[in-house]
Amino acid sequence: MEMLWFWLVSVMIAIYAMMDGFDFGAGILHLFVAKTNDERRQVLAAIGPWWDGNEVWLLAGGGALFLAFPKVLASGFSGFYLAMFLVLWCLVLRGIGIEFRSHLRDGMWRAFWDAVFAVASILLPILLGAALGNVVRGVPIDATGYFNIPLFTSFGIHNPVGILDWYTVLMGVFVLVTIAGHGATFLGWKTDGRVHARAVNAGLPLWSFVIILWLVMTAATLRVTPALFHGWATSPLAWLATLIYIAGLGAVMFGLFKGRHLLAFIGSGAFILGILAATAASVWPVMLRSTLNPEWSLTAHNASVAASGLRKGFIWWIIGFPIALGYFAMLFRLFRGKAQAAGEGEGY
Amino acid sequence: MGDPLFWHRMQFGFTASFHYLFPQLTMGLALLIAVMKWLGLDPGREHYNEAARFWIRILGINFAVGVVTGIPLEFQFGTNWSRFSAFSGGVIGQTLGMEGMFAFFLESTFLGILIWGEKRFGPRRHFWAAIALFVGSWLSGYFIVATDAFMQHPVGHMTAADGTLQLASFWDFVINPWATIQYLHNMAGAVVTGSFVIAAVGAYWTLRGIHTKQAWLNLKIGVTAGLLSSLVVAFPTGDLQGKLVAKHQPVSLAAMEGRFESGPRAGLNMIGQPNVAEGKLDNPIRLPGVLSFIAYGSFSANVKGLNEFPRDQWPTSIEMLYYGFHIMVGLGTLFIGLMGMSFLLLWKRRIQAQRWMLWILMLAFPFPYIANTMGWMTAEMGRQPWLIFGVMRTSEGSSHLVHSGQTIFTMLGFAGLYFILGVLFLFLIGREIAQGPAGHGEVN
Ligand code: HDD
Ligand code: HEM
Ligand code: HEM
Repeated sequence: MEMLWFWLVSVMIAIYAMMDGFDFGAGILHLFVAKTNDERRQVLAAIGPWWDGNEVWLLAGGGALFLAFPKVLASGFSGFYLAMFLVLWCLVLRGIGIEFRSHLRDGMWRAFWDAVFAVASILLPILLGAALGNVVRGVPIDATGYFNIPLFTSFGIHNPVGILDWYTVLMGVFVLVTIAGHGATFLGWKTDGRVHARAVNAGLPLWSFVIILWLVMTAATLRVTPALFHGWATSPLAWLATLIYIAGLGAVMFGLFKGRHLLAFIGSGAFILGILAATAASVWPVMLRSTLNPEWSLTAHNASVAASGLRKGFIWWIIGFPIALGYFAMLFRLFRGKAQAAGEGEGY
Repeated sequence: MGDPLFWHRMQFGFTASFHYLFPQLTMGLALLIAVMKWLGLDPGREHYNEAARFWIRILGINFAVGVVTGIPLEFQFGTNWSRFSAFSGGVIGQTLGMEGMFAFFLESTFLGILIWGEKRFGPRRHFWAAIALFVGSWLSGYFIVATDAFMQHPVGHMTAADGTLQLASFWDFVINPWATIQYLHNMAGAVVTGSFVIAAVGAYWTLRGIHTKQAWLNLKIGVTAGLLSSLVVAFPTGDLQGKLVAKHQPVSLAAMEGRFESGPRAGLNMIGQPNVAEGKLDNPIRLPGVLSFIAYGSFSANVKGLNEFPRDQWPTSIEMLYYGFHIMVGLGTLFIGLMGMSFLLLWKRRIQAQRWMLWILMLAFPFPYIANTMGWMTAEMGRQPWLIFGVMRTSEGSSHLVHSGQTIFTMLGFAGLYFILGVLFLFLIGREIAQGPAGHGEVN
């Protein structure tokens, strides 16, 4: 049961990264690929029906973590206290930016919200990437299962660490560039005209940069947490996930070269899903690694709730998950085709 | 001031109270919009669809602020109440998890269709989208209220070997009797807010003499729903709430009523100021025997006073609790009177001529917000000093490693951010109301 829930939580977080990733990516790129008001509205129309539902994956993933591993949630969220609130404030501002922009037909109003949307979309992947970096690097969990670290100390990877150090910032940049690339494949698929052309043009350099950073990150991780690679080497699931993300990378490149835009988008999605799944498989069963004493790490075994709760939760989860997927399938059908900038006054 | 616990509580109370300003309108409107869309399915009643279109625009703005202020709440369980989360996650993780899976996906999916889809998908599907949004938002209300109800009246749990709470009976926990009654009372309160807002807009347009047909329709819907929901909020739901508190949290009831001495034939305090230091109520005006009757169904029942409980079980802010409760109940009584009178005038078709009544209706819309907020203050402060009533104290549940330098920083951040959010929200809603039912096309 614990293993099952470890995977359910990981999968939901990976889906979150893939889904909200494309609208973050659109936000990162929109100042560059959409220059006029109509073009900006086209970008917003492309993500409009989606972004709120995408964000629910974060809540649902968080809910699953709460249900199955409340000690991980408690320790991690309070330990990264300040960074969590930076994430929350960015989420608040970003949502408001998307929703409020269209309500006033005024150039300054719109320019302001466009900037808010862009800045929040850039900061969020960096922060979330840094969070991933912290999970990989480990944090100073004490014997009671808690820790609390400042935003940064000396940017070194040894205690006393901060949330940001050279490794986690590098991870943040890697995630930022990947998410931007994901946004580019999404806009390439979902828009037409100038926005489409600019997004496709941005795709190749972004993804080349992703590949370089991926190599750098692999080397850096080898130095920071060699244990991860032992996990990886002994887990067939991790090999499978690695295969998926390498195939995804191939699909992105092929799709971008050949103008197969949907293929490129699916490829970039598979890259994100695969790389997170490979990470999860490599760290199993550790969820938050203690840098003070391996015994104090929070694992799927020592941080989970009683089996009865996991079983009850699984019963409704297995009903709810297909329903949620069904909503997204329905949205895909209802809003198929390229996004047009909707008429003024209709939604966005 | 340097005590982090104080700031954890301030921040949670502030962000939850601010958040709940929005869901109460979302949930109230979601029901009333579904009714409008249903009536509007009849081709002869196009004006109902027109009204729905206007309120969907308002809902869209309101919903957006509800969503963005709700996300920080969910996370604060972990950031600010980590020991509470670790301790009780085995139980309340269920409802919080279900809320995302069953309610939030439903809401967010169909809100998009409701906002964009009328032309695209036709009236029938648009009506079903309204139903889906209503079900989604009301479900989400249930899951969160059930979570809160566990903290008020913990059932369905057991204590595991490591001291944490675990699920013993899923259904006992999910259909906690406290949850069902609290839910009905709370949802009735949300419909009160929705109807008062609709009635206020109708009254405003009538006073201005603009959008006459829509103004009349909004008055009709707002006042009718307002009367019904004001009745339900007091009876049976408010009454049942009171009996629950009397039965399971007698110490909170004593504090809510400012009652220090025990005794039979307890009077209901209408007016008075609790003097906690001297253990009495100053300047009391009482209805003799009524409190006994409300709490236990008999005028002679004994109602315990605070003095009967050890001090360390007294709620921490008795004065606020007393005022919060009295403001809620006082407003609830006024609402019934106000809506009852408006309904009579409406029925006789005389309301448009009674401008003073329209002024009152227009200016009354903030009061349901006050009543709802006071209700939650009563519930949450009445639970103190417990975080989970009788099981865990509030001081044992906070994130102990987070220091006050961090909590004060984030509290100030929220204060600033939410202030700006509130101003922008009022500005946008004000514009929509000024533009009227035809919306963007007309004025621009
Ligand atoms: C009884 C009603 C009620 C109450 C007491 C609360 N909420 Fe709420 N909440 C709603 C009713 C609601 C809603 C009607 O479902 C909202 C309002 C707007 C919306 O999008 O959904 C919502 C939104 C909302 C969201 C955003 C959902 C999304 O992205 O779609 C979150 C994460 C929360 N809430 C979480 C909370 C938490 C943790 C609360 C308490 C501590 C809380 N809410 C109190
Ligand atoms: C939307 C309606 C709600 C409002 C307006 C509200 C308001 C408040 C207020 C004013 C406080 C501070 C009380 C004090 O410290 O004296 C508080 C505390 C708290 N509430 Fe609520 N609350 C709401 C819903 C909920 C729900 C649904 C939950 C749980 C799921 C919840 C959980 C808590 C917790 C954990 C605290 C902090 C601990 C404490 O002080 O008891 N609240 N809330
Ligand atoms: C008119 C008579 C009313 C009575 C007798 C009444 C009674 C109560 C009681 C006993 C509580 C529970 C406090 C606790 O849990 O400790 C409560 C809570 C609450 N009330 Fe009322 N109330 C009335 C009117 C209203 C009105 C008019 C509104 C809003 C429009 C409202 C909104 C709320 C809310 C939101 C809560 C908190 C959630 C809950 O516990 O249900 N109430 N009320």
